[in-house]
Amino acid sequence: MRKFIIGTLAAAGMAASTAALAAGGDQQITDVDWSWEGIFGSYDHAQLRRGFQVYREICGNCHSMNLIYYRNLQQIGLTEDQVKEVAAEKEVEDGPNDDGEMFMRPALPSDHFVAPFPNDQAARVANNGALPPDLSLMTKARLKGPDYVYSLMTGYQDPPEGVEVAEGMNYNVAFPGHQIAMAPQIFDEMVTYEDGTQATADQITKDVVAFLNWAAEPELEQRKSMGLKTMLFLIVLTAMFFALKRRIWAAVH
Amino acid sequence: MSGHTFQNKAIRWIDERMPIFTVMQHSAIDYPTPKNLNYWWNFGSLALFVLVIMLMTGIFLAMSYTPHVDYAFTSVERIMRDVNYGWLLRYLHMNGASMFFIVVYIHIFRGLYYGSYKAPRELLWWLGIVILLVMMATAFMGYVLPWGQMSFWGATVITNLFSAIPLVGEDIVTWLWGGFSVDNPTLNRFFALHYLLPFVLVAVVFLHLWALHTTKSGNPLGIDVKGPQDTIPFHPYYTIKDLFGVGVFLLFYLFFVFYAPNFFGEPDNYIPANPLVTPPHIVPEWYFLPFYAILRAVPDKLGGVVLMFGSILILFALPWLDRSRVRSARFRPIYKQVFWLFLIDCIVLGYIGAKPPEGAFITIGRIATAYYFAHFLIVMPLLGRLEKPRPVPQSISAPVLKPAAATAQMEKV
Repeated sequence: MRKFIIGTLAAAGMAASTAALAAGGDQQITDVDWSWEGIFGSYDHAQLRRGFQVYREICGNCHSMNLIYYRNLQQIGLTEDQVKEVAAEKEVEDGPNDDGEMFMRPALPSDHFVAPFPNDQAARVANNGALPPDLSLMTKARLKGPDYVYSLMTGYQDPPEGVEVAEGMNYNVAFPGHQIAMAPQIFDEMVTYEDGTQATADQITKDVVAFLNWAAEPELEQRKSMGLKTMLFLIVLTAMFFALKRRIWAAVH
Repeated sequence: MSGHTFQNKAIRWIDERMPIFTVMQHSAIDYPTPKNLNYWWNFGSLALFVLVIMLMTGIFLAMSYTPHVDYAFTSVERIMRDVNYGWLLRYLHMNGASMFFIVVYIHIFRGLYYGSYKAPRELLWWLGIVILLVMMATAFMGYVLPWGQMSFWGATVITNLFSAIPLVGEDIVTWLWGGFSVDNPTLNRFFALHYLLPFVLVAVVFLHLWALHTTKSGNPLGIDVKGPQDTIPFHPYYTIKDLFGVGVFLLFYLFFVFYAPNFFGEPDNYIPANPLVTPPHIVPEWYFLPFYAILRAVPDKLGGVVLMFGSILILFALPWLDRSRVRSARFRPIYKQVFWLFLIDCIVLGYIGAKPPEGAFITIGRIATAYYFAHFLIVMPLLGRLEKPRPVPQSISAPVLKPAAATAQMEKV
């Protein structure tokens, strides 16, 4: 047993040390209590809808979410008609039609989120040379993803004494290297929530991080509920195996 | 193979034409197993269990995966999002790889502690090392398939190792890649091989089991089975014990699958591969870290590659490097300490492998690498000569049945 525990700890230690390495040391990451953490964690669907509103009104102007379909929004509580309405705001190229022509049509629930720019180059030109990354997997693609994104969005500060910030860059305590091309985006009352939630910058940030985490891990709720049932079943099964083992072996000992 | 008559007529009909049921009766039911195996002996059957899980999840994943640089990443995300229970298949497979290595590493250290590599089990040990090597190749190629940043750069770093071979190195790398960089042909062949190698693994596991059933299992005392009083039939004793082990293992494995599925992974691998952007730190999966540390301990590229492969190949010579006639560390007072030292050394190497090669990490890495080889080349041969083993019991049944009498016997010896 001792070796097993040591082995497990070693594996955990290695994973953790790799992780610490990737964090790059001096990034200031705030640990936020998210509703989906822990064994019983789940999403607050009202928060996900608010987060989608933030993405739609703010982030989505520059950042794509290429892996998400409009139809996926039904999972966070939008009705079928609402989804159709949201999709129809954007246009996608389709075709060829009977005349062999490509044409534009309103997006459908079966389309992916329409990207704000036609290609990476266009995105760079519009953003001072920097490429706004796709957000579909953002919270999984960064260490402590949700905390990182929250810290990044709220991490803008005046540079400390003696730190030169390059032209067109902004000082941010959470970003590796502390210089980020994206300007601060979230301020109090930037959005108006229909459900009456106070739209503080902190609340807006948390809501959009929740939405991004749902986008990255849409299976999370199903995974955790299946996990609980599976673990309970396995505990009982393993206990029965153990009892049976003791009984069969009683004669040998 | 003879002598067993089955009641069921259909079974008897088949068995007379091909003795498949006799073989099963012989190898999985009556198979005489030492009665004193402890829980460390569970890890062999656990490894087979994980292999089967990997095969089954892998085959279903392959049905929805596209091995093309433009589609690989999105096809994996499609599995995660749109394939029914695709996330479960993929997380089982991904974490299953880590579990496979945890289980197999414990199995190997079990062998080291109890001297399972010694005569007459050298061939069994060798086949085990072949399994480890095939496993490593399979895991490496599997990690490339999602075509994330770590997939791409890991593949680039590891395949580049072969360029250290004098004269033909560069040509070999081009040949491995199927081009002049890691690209679509590389991904295609890695997928083909990642699908093929597990079946090679099954074949070598079969040989491993064949060798096992010829020499029979060792045991914690490291002494030979003296007669039927020392053994019990595999079924029901070890079938139920292994099942209990599977239950405990599943609790551990599925905890990660359901609650921390990306614990063993790298966040960077959720960024699509980009040949133009190198990640700040390229790290292999945790199970390769000790070998990665050995690779980087040597300032010379070829030297590093030779030592890295040497660190596994040296295991082939272990049955002859260890001169002690006593198998189990239980009766080897010094080796017992040395074993733990070696395990700690491997863990230190793993830790160093995850760190950037700078400052004290380099020095520690070099010392740990030197000790790794010294363990096999100096400590083991010397111990065989210098160590005075404690007396071993006369038989397995003696200490198991009558502890007091066994101690008396041991004192007499």
